[in-house]
Amino acid sequence: MDLNYTKEEQAFRAEVRQWLEDTLPNELREKVRLGKRLAKADIERWHSLLHTRGWLAPNWPRAYGGCEWNAVQRHIFEEEACLAHAPRSLPFGLSMLAPVLLAFGSEDQRQRFLPRILNGQDWWCQGYSEPGAGSDLAAVKTRAVRDGDHYVVNGQKTWTTLGQHANWIFCLVRTDPDAKKQEGISFLLIDMETPGVTVRPIVLIDGEPEVNEVFFDNVRVPAENLVGEENKGWTYAKYLLTHERTNIAGVGFSNALLTTLKHVAARVNSGGRPLAQNPHFAARMAQAEIDLMAMATTNLRVVSAAAKGQAPGAESSMLKVKGTVIRQELTSLLRRAMGPDALPFQPDFLDGGSNAAALGPDHAAAAAPAYFNMRKLSIFGGSNEVQRTIITKAILGL
Amino acid sequence: MEFNLTEERMMLRDTLQRFLADKYSHENRRAMIAAGEPYDAGIYAGLAELGVLGAMFSEGQGGFGGQGFDLMVVFEELGRAGVIEPVLPAVLAGGLIAALGSEQQRGLVEEIIAGTHVAALAQGEAGSRYDLNHVETTAAAEGDAIVLNGIKTHVLYGAEAQTLVVSAREAGAATDAAGISLFLVPVNAPGVTVSGHRNMDGIPSATVALDGVRLAASSRLGAAGEGLEALEAAVARGLTAICSEALGAMEAAKELTIGYLKERKQFGVPIGKFQALQHRMADMLIEVEQARSAVINLAGNLDQPRGRREIHACAAKNLIGRAGALVAEECIQMHGGIGMTDEYALSHFARRLTMIDHLFGDTDYHLERFIALKAG
Repeated sequence: MDLNYTKEEQAFRAEVRQWLEDTLPNELREKVRLGKRLAKADIERWHSLLHTRGWLAPNWPRAYGGCEWNAVQRHIFEEEACLAHAPRSLPFGLSMLAPVLLAFGSEDQRQRFLPRILNGQDWWCQGYSEPGAGSDLAAVKTRAVRDGDHYVVNGQKTWTTLGQHANWIFCLVRTDPDAKKQEGISFLLIDMETPGVTVRPIVLIDGEPEVNEVFFDNVRVPAENLVGEENKGWTYAKYLLTHERTNIAGVGFSNALLTTLKHVAARVNSGGRPLAQNPHFAARMAQAEIDLMAMATTNLRVVSAAAKGQAPGAESSMLKVKGTVIRQELTSLLRRAMGPDALPFQPDFLDGGSNAAALGPDHAAAAAPAYFNMRKLSIFGGSNEVQRTIITKAILGL
Repeated sequence: MEFNLTEERMMLRDTLQRFLADKYSHENRRAMIAAGEPYDAGIYAGLAELGVLGAMFSEGQGGFGGQGFDLMVVFEELGRAGVIEPVLPAVLAGGLIAALGSEQQRGLVEEIIAGTHVAALAQGEAGSRYDLNHVETTAAAEGDAIVLNGIKTHVLYGAEAQTLVVSAREAGAATDAAGISLFLVPVNAPGVTVSGHRNMDGIPSATVALDGVRLAASSRLGAAGEGLEALEAAVARGLTAICSEALGAMEAAKELTIGYLKERKQFGVPIGKFQALQHRMADMLIEVEQARSAVINLAGNLDQPRGRREIHACAAKNLIGRAGALVAEECIQMHGGIGMTDEYALSHFARRLTMIDHLFGDTDYHLERFIALKAG
């Protein structure tokens, strides 16, 4: 048992920190720090900076332009990026689709798609959930029927995050309606500029159209865009989900949130003293911090095992439940900390440049929207109820 | 002991319920907000016609209610329908004018009851958080006139009001209990600048800058320097209103969720068949009933002496804050993604419930105040 990072890991952390300090543009840092909304161009800019340094694809093999970082290195990078208020890089192409292509795609598909993820030509989104297939993902109904050298796709996907910016979507589609639920699904890559694809944004509780419905009306997709074998898509989907769950604990985000919370609580006045000295609020903050300290180590226990080659199994469900509960609690505390200044809805400030004036102190404008937005954490990527069922079956054997 | 409503209140509740079921829809409210309208003037006139505003005042004040249970009956229904029209300012600013006003000032109450005049309470300031006694806006005598200087924040319906009831300091330090006076300020008085915005829950609000606003001494509402006591009593009435509103919103959110649990199928069965969700729903019901009792306690003690009234105000607001967060968060979670969409009514109830915790003292504030009152 040794709780310290190795010399090499410490050197790596120092290198990452220095690079972030030198490279992360101030406008981006301020936007992230104040919880403003990032435009498409902001995310593309961040990707391009990472790509220039060769750090855009931490988990890809070097042969395809990745870093081949192990789980500990990835964890260090994520931690530093959060502390520096760097934007989050988009997971859809980098850490969802790419691992599937690397494991199950053809070499042609890898050569065709992976470079375009790195150089920013393609923005991918995820076509998994449907109106009738949420927690019960295997219930997908979107149909793909083979017609010569094409598939003809009809159906609807929903909760497609940032699909409004995307030009490609990877989809779970049903290719065999007669097979057992999990067995008739295929994994298909669809160019969103194909005729018959329609994207409709969904405005969420925080006022932001972060997710979309994507409709497919007789969309003709070249058969070469099928990943792996027909009707084996569920295997690939599950593989993807295990990758979606790395960094599921969100420890870096929670640490950054805690820092912001302490900063705010030290400055906000509550009955003639800083809020941080209000015994009730101080107790709530301390409780969250204690939970987070333990969570960080639970996460490292899993990360460290993963770095030694053990694939995280049902442990990732544990990380997801606890990690999201802590992160939601921190956003709730930040909202409460703002007092009445959490009331105004300020979309112009949140969307606008850093010059637009906000009502209330720093962090006030984003506090309530962030709290509402983060309710999604316990819903998406397998709801916390689904995760508890996985724990019940896979770990407890009940 | 009688926990049933009087016949008059039942009638008021039923007519209000019918009116709102008929005329107030989530879709219209959403479209109105999207169009930038602060609220629906037609609905507001309709509410006035039904006597909803009159029910906020006693007979002596020109109304036909004014007791805690009148507020509770009305605001529970407003909360259930998600009404954003300015009934709350009639309780807060209107209540202060009715309680403290000279005969001439009280003339406004008649117009408020008729729905032709909106008066808004401007008491908050940057840095005052939830403390009513934290008043840095100054009121200085200049000859026969009084001159106001300061900035008032989070003035609900401030940009829709014709008159503001402003708390300002005539004597003492920033947080002294004594020295605070209340003033009637017409929004078109020189030196008044009102900047409107909308809150997270769709309710219009404003920041009001008072820059050398000259008032006649007759604009003072009540005695000089003694405004805090009346302000606190008015806020207790406001708390009764918003706690009742939260109760209505909780009931509505709960109903939507029960319906969804019965109708939404995953893994081949309605998700309401899963015991993990059933038990959480049962807990929610228990908390909502607790919230109802806390509101009844407050409504029934609203006219009692200060100590007793305030203990119930703190207890109700604390409990409503906790129950409101539970209901908002659990209802969203049990719905899944659909519960987070702007298109679906639940997200609006969740926003209102959450934002009510940020009005006139949150869960922690009232817990601390409850402890202090009990010790005192």
